[in-house]
This record gives sequence, structure tokens and C-alpha cells, in this order.
Amino acid sequence: MSARDEVMNRIKSALRDAPVAPEIPRNYRRDSHMGAGQRLDLLVDRLVDYKANVFVVPAADASAKLAELLAGSSSIVVPHGLPESWLAAVKNDAGTVRLQVDSPERRLTVEELDAVDAVVTAAAVAVAETGTIMLDGSPSQGRRVISLVPDRHICLLLAQDIVEVLPEAIARLEPTSPQTWISGPSATSDIELERVEGVHGPRTLDVVILN
Amino acid sequence: MSNTFLGMPSLPVFGSGNLNATEPFPKAARRELANTQLRANLGHATATIRDKRLKVVAELPDWEDMRDSGSAIKDATMANLPALLEQFEANFTVRGGVIHWARDAQEANEIVTALIQATGESEVVKVKSMATQEIGLNEYLQEQGIAAYETDLAELIVQLDHDKPSHILVPAIHKNRSQIREIFLREMVDVDPGLSDDPARLAEAARKHLRKKFLSAKVAVSGANFGLAETGTLTVVESEGNGRMCLTLPETLITVMGIEKLLPSFTDLEVFMQLLPRSSTGERMNPYTSLWTGVTPGDGPQNVHLVMLDNGRTAALADKMGRTALNCIRCSACMNVCPVYERTGGHAYGSTYPGPIGAILSPLMTGITSEENNSLPYASSLCGACYDACPVKINIPEVLVHLRGEDVDSTRGKVKVPTQMDLMMKGAQWAFSSGSHLNLLEKGLPLGKLVAGRNKVIKKLPGIAAGWTQSRDIPAPPSQSFRQWWAKEHKPGSAVGPGTTTEGEQA
Ligand code: SF4
Repeated sequence: MSARDEVMNRIKSALRDAPVAPEIPRNYRRDSHMGAGQRLDLLVDRLVDYKANVFVVPAADASAKLAELLAGSSSIVVPHGLPESWLAAVKNDAGTVRLQVDSPERRLTVEELDAVDAVVTAAAVAVAETGTIMLDGSPSQGRRVISLVPDRHICLLLAQDIVEVLPEAIARLEPTSPQTWISGPSATSDIELERVEGVHGPRTLDVVILN
Repeated sequence: MSNTFLGMPSLPVFGSGNLNATEPFPKAARRELANTQLRANLGHATATIRDKRLKVVAELPDWEDMRDSGSAIKDATMANLPALLEQFEANFTVRGGVIHWARDAQEANEIVTALIQATGESEVVKVKSMATQEIGLNEYLQEQGIAAYETDLAELIVQLDHDKPSHILVPAIHKNRSQIREIFLREMVDVDPGLSDDPARLAEAARKHLRKKFLSAKVAVSGANFGLAETGTLTVVESEGNGRMCLTLPETLITVMGIEKLLPSFTDLEVFMQLLPRSSTGERMNPYTSLWTGVTPGDGPQNVHLVMLDNGRTAALADKMGRTALNCIRCSACMNVCPVYERTGGHAYGSTYPGPIGAILSPLMTGITSEENNSLPYASSLCGACYDACPVKINIPEVLVHLRGEDVDSTRGKVKVPTQMDLMMKGAQWAFSSGSHLNLLEKGLPLGKLVAGRNKVIKKLPGIAAGWTQSRDIPAPPSQSFRQWWAKEHKPGSAVGPGTTTEGEQA
């Protein structure tokens, strides 16, 4: 008998008392009661608690804010679907910031990613209560690796994509897309439970919320 | 295959590997209790996590509702396990993943080894995983000439020190910063000799040490926190980004997951991803969670394998009362609140799974007749703190008592002459059956004082009680019992006494 069939048989034999699956109660909070402003404030509070840098700016100022944050960086990587308008001011800085685009046609190597100063991505949705930003691999967020290898991740998030509780975010996500949920920068508490930011993932997380 | 079992009911097949303790709990606990450094580190760590957990749990008005949902979802998972496994398999496979089944530790190790050998590589990077710990994968790979590098900081510390993890969540909880610094200086090539014991510096050293490995690794091995049947999705929850490195950079990813780790639907993740981080690290959410479903073209590993592991899980499932132990999501909340764990540490439990959950899960998976594990159900004060802390409401004390009963039943047949315990119980029965019996015994109290000597502690009791005094002292008994004192104070006609007591009636 194959291992699969044998394990299946063992399971069925173990369950020969035919346990009945209980009704699943779902009395926990599944939708928001907060206004947009409250959700934004809560998310900012949580992100700051995780030691992320948070900036709330009007949507029209996205490009200027990005250029400001990138002053001093010599090279950045962006996914091919990042909104063009966000990059306008950065492109004007040509010569100071080298911009590399990761796309299905031209995937940057790990070495190339390791050499850049920062990555800029969008986000799919964010959960205010837990301070979690979710990337789902769509063109504005790119492959999982681009937001992992560079030491600084600048993430632009539309205020309308902030939900209050986790179930609201889950309802918006496409389950089979490769996802990365980020709650603050890389951190460890393995040494005497003292939290240290930055081990292997990006050590700096900047979140720009476009209001 | 249908959900109904048509074959011959089989006897449970128990698990192997690191599930079995190498020595019984009482023996190991005695040694660990002598380690005051360990106890100090542990006491600090568990108290810190306990406080953090309570704080973030109190933030949520619906915490108890979520525990109820979590518990019901897991019960439903176990009840429907065959169908859910088939659903998971179909969804994972249709998206390019390959599933392998392993009856036991040996088979799982062989599958993983063959998969690595097929890539031509002799090195793998590893994400912290209880399942691979359980099957002893690293040691097995080493025998086959494959080096497995642990990448979680705590696992790295433990691996570099040739030690064993002592906690599910914080495997190096038993080591402090200066011990870790010494390990790094001794074991890491290229380490800065001026390395300080500042945790930030130590983490930096680990980053440097592993960076090249990550960027060049072709094969990674991971565990999984959840497998979602509805979509065929796997999930890994972590903090440092080492998980993301392993799950994203290599060409080949091999995941080992116990068959019990399924959740029926993607939606169920909304419950478990709230229960897990708050219960384990006391955070609202862990820094990183990765989700993948088979292969995503152009993103991440293109050869994706999953080994579905039994290794005693079906034996645990066959125990009607014990099967709830399989609901465990390995958050470690139960060990952080356990007074026994806090004093003995994780090593004392011997098996991969320490603490209260280990005390039930390990003997369920190996069988209570396993000599090494049959003392585990007694490694508890039955205070119930683990039950209160458990996010999926596993009634650990109830299962402990059930397993103690099983243990007694399994040994009963073998015992011919009455044991010391039997005699003591007989004696106790006689003593407590009547006040006058008790009174007679209490006349012996001053004797206890004599035994204790001048420092008023008894260091060693004879016979079966010796085990109890081997790891602790007991204060000498008082020279008179409460009953004797009461009788004296409440003599007929005494001013304070509410009335007389008749010996032997109101004990
Ligand atoms: S038994 Fe409960 S508390 Fe203990 S590790 Fe498992 S889920 Fe957590």
C-alpha cells in the first residue's frame, strides 16, 4: 500500500467513532465600526509602535514625498506596475538616484537587489488594529523578493485601503496570490526577549500613507 | 476515496524520532533543577511573555469569541480530516506543487534527502520547524553528507552550541546574552573578536553570518504553520525575515507539515492569525507572514514540495479524548504559564514538544506504554493555567488525567506485589477514615522536628517519598497539629472557644 493510502486508512480508522464536526460560531468582529480617520490614526499608532517610520501626506504629494525620502539614496528598485505619477519627482532627480525596474521581462538578480539602497512598492490592504500591511504580488507590489533583499522598504499605501480588523482584509485578498504580510521591520526577540529591529529582512520600513 | 472507513480497523501506529525522551522526566528534571542559571533566564523570559500576552489579549473585546471559533474550527478539521487532506492535495497539486506522504520519521527523512540529492546540492537553509525537529532531520541529513543551516537566530545559537532547543518559540530561552556572545566568538568564522554582548550587535553578527548563505542557497527546508484546504495554501509565520529568505530565494522549497495542521478555509486564517501572534509572542501581529500556493511562475521557488507527516498523529487521533491535542497551533502560551515548565525548562521533557502540551502530545504520539514518555503526564500540578491560556481551548489537565489513567491501566497487569505507593495509599486511607486514627498519627509530629534537625528542614525522606525530596527540601512539621492546638484552645469552659469538639467526629 502506498504511504498515502496507508496514512489515509489510519486516519479513517482513528475516526471510526465518527465524530461530528461542530457548528463554527463566528461571533468575533468581522467588520469595522470606525470612521476612516480613526482607522488611519490607529494604523499610524500601531506602525510607530513597531518602529516603522510613518508619513501621512495628501495623495497629490506622493511623488514629492518619495523624492524627499530618497534623497541620499544612490539606487532604488521598483516593481514594473508602480504608478508612474509617484515616480515623477524621483525621475527628475535622474543622475542622483538610479532607478531599476523589476519586471517579468527583466527580473533583477539577487546580487542586483542586494546592491540597491531601497525598494519602493505599493500595498494591497492594511489592517489598522494589528498594524499589518499586505502585499499580494500584483504589479504595483512586485515579486516577494524585491521587498525582502534591499535593506530599506518604502511602502506607499492608499488611505482607502486601510481596514480596521483582520477579517476585512482577508475578504479582500486573493488567497492563491503569493502574499507577504508585514507588521513593522524585521525584528527578533531571541536574546533575553529584548526586541531588536532588523535581522535578515529590511531594517528600515517607511510607510507613506496617501490621504 | 470516500470518507467512510471500510477496511479493517487497524491498531494505532506510533511515532518515532525525537518524540521519545532519552530519559524519564523525573530524572531529567532533577538535573535541570540544579541549573540555577537556566532557572533565572527562564523565570525572566516566561514572566515577560506572560505580561505581554495578557496586555494584548485584553485589548480585544472578542478574544473569547475567537477562542470559541478557533476551537470549533480545529475540532471540525479533525472530524473531516480525510476529505480536507484530499481537498488540500488537489489544490496544491493543481498549482504545480508536489505532495509526498510519510508514515513515520524515517520515511520523511528519506523523502527529504532524496529530494535534496535530486538537486545535486549538499547544503540547505532551514526555517525553524517543529516537524523537522521531531523527525531529527538535521542529524539524518548530516549522516547523508548534507549540511542543514538553521537560520532563525535562536535556532542558530542552539545549533552553533551543539545544544537542543528548550522552548517551542524561543529555543535559546535558556541562554543569556553573554553565553550567546561566547558561542558566536567560538563558532562563527569571520566574527569580529571585539563583539559585544549587546543583543543588537549579536543580531548583526548573525545577519552577516547568514547573508551569503541566503543569497546563494539553492534548496530550503521549512515547516508550515497552517495549510488551507480550500485553496491549497501554505503559511509560515515568523519575525526575522529568515523565513522569507528561505521561502523566496532558493529554487527548490521542501516543506514538512504534520497532517493535523490544516484549516478548512482561507477565511479561517482570520481567526488563527489573531490567536497565534497574541498568544505566542504577545504581539498584535508577528513581523512577517508568508503565504504560497504551489508554484507562482516567476516568483519564488519553482520546485515546490510538501511532505505530509503522520509519525504518530493518527495514533493521537485515535484517542477520542486525547485527539484535541492535535488542535495545538504551537503558540507556546501553555508553557509560559506552567509552574512546572518554569522551573525545569524544556529539556527536562526530553521530547521535541515540551511543557504542558508536550506532556500530552508526546505520549499520545508514542503511546503511553513508551517507557521514556509515560512519566510525562505526571509532569504537571494540574493547576489549569495552561487551559486558560490556550487559544484553541485544549483542556490539557483533563487529557493529563486521562493519560495518567491509561498509564495506570497499562502497568496494572504487570504489578504483582503491592508497591510502596499502594501501601502508602492504604495507610492514608486508614488515617483519614477517622479522626482518632489521624490523631494517633499526629502524636508523632514532634518526631518530624527531630528528624529535621536544627535548621528546621527535612532534606531527605525515605522510600517512595525520596523522589519528592531529591529536588526540594520540606520544612519540618510543627510540634503540634492544628487539631491538637484547637483541642487545647477549646477545652470545655475555655473563654475563646465557641464550644467543645468531640474527638473523632469533626475532623
Ligand atoms: S496547547 Fe494551546 S497553549 Fe499550548 S502551544 Fe498548543 S495552542 Fe498553544
